[in-house]
Amino acid sequence: MEYKNVLTVCPYCGAGCGLYIQVLDGEIVGVLPAKEHPVSRGKLCIKGWNATAFVNHPDRLKKPLIREGGSFREASWDEALSLIAEKLLQIRDTYGPQAIGFFSSAKCTNEENYLLQKLARSFFKTNNVDHCARL
Amino acid sequence: MTNSIPEFSQYTRCFLITGSNTTEAHPLIASHVMEAKERGAKIIVIDPREVQIGRLADIYLRPRPGTDVAWLNGLMNVIITEELADQEFIEKRTEGFEEMWEVVKEYTPERVEEIAGIPADDLRVAARLYAQNKPAAILYAMGITQHTTGTDNVKSIANLAMLTGNIGIPGAGVNPLRGQNNVQGACDMGGLPNVYPGYQPVTSPEAKAKFESAWGVEGLPEQPGLTVVEMVNAAGEGQLRALYIMGENPMVTDPDIHHVKECLEKLEFLVVQDIFPTETAQLAHVILPSASFAEKDGTFTSTDRRIQRVRKAVNPPGEAKADWEIICELAKKLGAKGFEFSSPEEIMAEIAKVTPSYGGVTYERLDKEGSLQWPVPSVEHPGTPYLHKEKFTRGLGRFHAIHFREAAELPDEEYPFILTTGRTMFQYHAGSMSRRSPKLEQEAPEPYVEINPSDAEKIGLNGAKKVKVSSRRGSIEVAVRLTDRIKPGVVFIPFHYAEAAANALTHAALDPIARIPEYKICAVKVEPVRGS
Repeated sequence: MEYKNVLTVCPYCGAGCGLYIQVLDGEIVGVLPAKEHPVSRGKLCIKGWNATAFVNHPDRLKKPLIREGGSFREASWDEALSLIAEKLLQIRDTYGPQAIGFFSSAKCTNEENYLLQKLARSFFKTNNVDHCARL
Repeated sequence: MTNSIPEFSQYTRCFLITGSNTTEAHPLIASHVMEAKERGAKIIVIDPREVQIGRLADIYLRPRPGTDVAWLNGLMNVIITEELADQEFIEKRTEGFEEMWEVVKEYTPERVEEIAGIPADDLRVAARLYAQNKPAAILYAMGITQHTTGTDNVKSIANLAMLTGNIGIPGAGVNPLRGQNNVQGACDMGGLPNVYPGYQPVTSPEAKAKFESAWGVEGLPEQPGLTVVEMVNAAGEGQLRALYIMGENPMVTDPDIHHVKECLEKLEFLVVQDIFPTETAQLAHVILPSASFAEKDGTFTSTDRRIQRVRKAVNPPGEAKADWEIICELAKKLGAKGFEFSSPEEIMAEIAKVTPSYGGVTYERLDKEGSLQWPVPSVEHPGTPYLHKEKFTRGLGRFHAIHFREAAELPDEEYPFILTTGRTMFQYHAGSMSRRSPKLEQEAPEPYVEINPSDAEKIGLNGAKKVKVSSRRGSIEVAVRLTDRIKPGVVFIPFHYAEAAANALTHAALDPIARIPEYKICAVKVEPVRGS
């Protein structure tokens, strides 16, 4: 049996409380508050205590999906990404860079937000990039 | 936030909390406020809805929704008239006082009472409490910003803090409590249409040259792009043809969602990258499965500018991948250069190079020091717990002279109530995470509308359990909760629930500068559902 506590940040509000995810043999078994954290100081709210409850929900997306008619079919990463690349390039070439937009995310990491805006600006040459900061 | 959360319990002597349901939406920030109260700090709460923290307040004022500029000007009027302003701070650190006073002098407590419905003497008491208990911190959230006057509201808050010298010292400041764990970071990273990382404007030739050189490209666009709401509208008008959505769900969170659906359906190509098949993903042409926070490495920046490590605990399910990996792989397919990263740590090294406020951030430091608060311009710099210590970024702090303006859509004969929307303790934003968390869903499983008992009589509720709430844009049926927490003439609906989405009712009137929608005010009518 391999047990570990992984120190991380709560995925909910902007307070940034510290918590440990308890992992036993590669599975999440619980959440512990981080006592040394300057904001949460060893406490969590009900959302924090339930921070990982959705992680293994059966609704999780597990494979890329491509629309076909009225429904979706599973696809490989290679097929899905090739289709996206082809469509985005075609739309850019036909209508210009301002015809493409990107929503980055207040739920994704700094690194991921950085990359998405870099892709929009440096490759597609559009500043159409925003997220739900106002919503 | 100009200041830090831990300063509240340590230093703050007075809190002015407005447009923030702190105990429900930010419970662990509220814990610092409670601790301060135990050692004698004063609490002023100004909110149209009687939020829980209002019950702990030394004084609780209940304005008509949308009158924030009026009562903020009123507080300043009292502080200046009663000579409670910080003259030394005003002289040394600010400009524009006279112009501001020309406007503020018209907002006597009696005039504010007429506009906002706050008793004049209560406003005086609140003004004295705030001005005489330094350091005083202003805490606000979207009750202040989600208005067509959102920018005016925030500028007025800054005026009030400067007038009393409550800037640049620990435990004071202007403190927006942000709703999403990484909304601060997404803004810092340039996930905005007008700025590169670190708020360097896309219109600045120097910034453009800097990023062209750093990214090894030419011809970066100089025109600011479109915001979320504007992109959706552009899709409806056929100007935007493709949209790539990473981890957002506008079909629940955007204003006027019937309109959002019509617009998104017109797109030639919609990609949604998410952890769940959200309402928005149902409209996509391609859905990509991504990793949750527990399944990837990276950093989040919380509301007090605190950069912290997110650490991978377990593997993502099935073939799901971290968002950063997906972007790098898509870039490769596109033939885009500059995305050859093998870890988030490498991406942070590039961020630190091009973002002055993150210049000293490394994973090694974050592992050792726990967190760093920006600006942290170099590896030797310890980080910045509070901003504007000796001077403002622009030099002198500028007072803005701002008149009160009414909201975009006021109640009338046909739609006689004001609808205001917000959050609850147990659910979260679009609900895609919290509604799939059994204990959270069990606590708050269904949508509801809060109505004042006197209004229940007026609409002839007669024991009906449900009402139909309609605006000019749509209608929903929801369960009724009768409560004095809401003022007569106002109703409140939490926006988490797709099955009775409050955003079917809201409208997309925007603040002219911040382009934020006026979620906090629109006109609705309320009718009982017979037999419910």
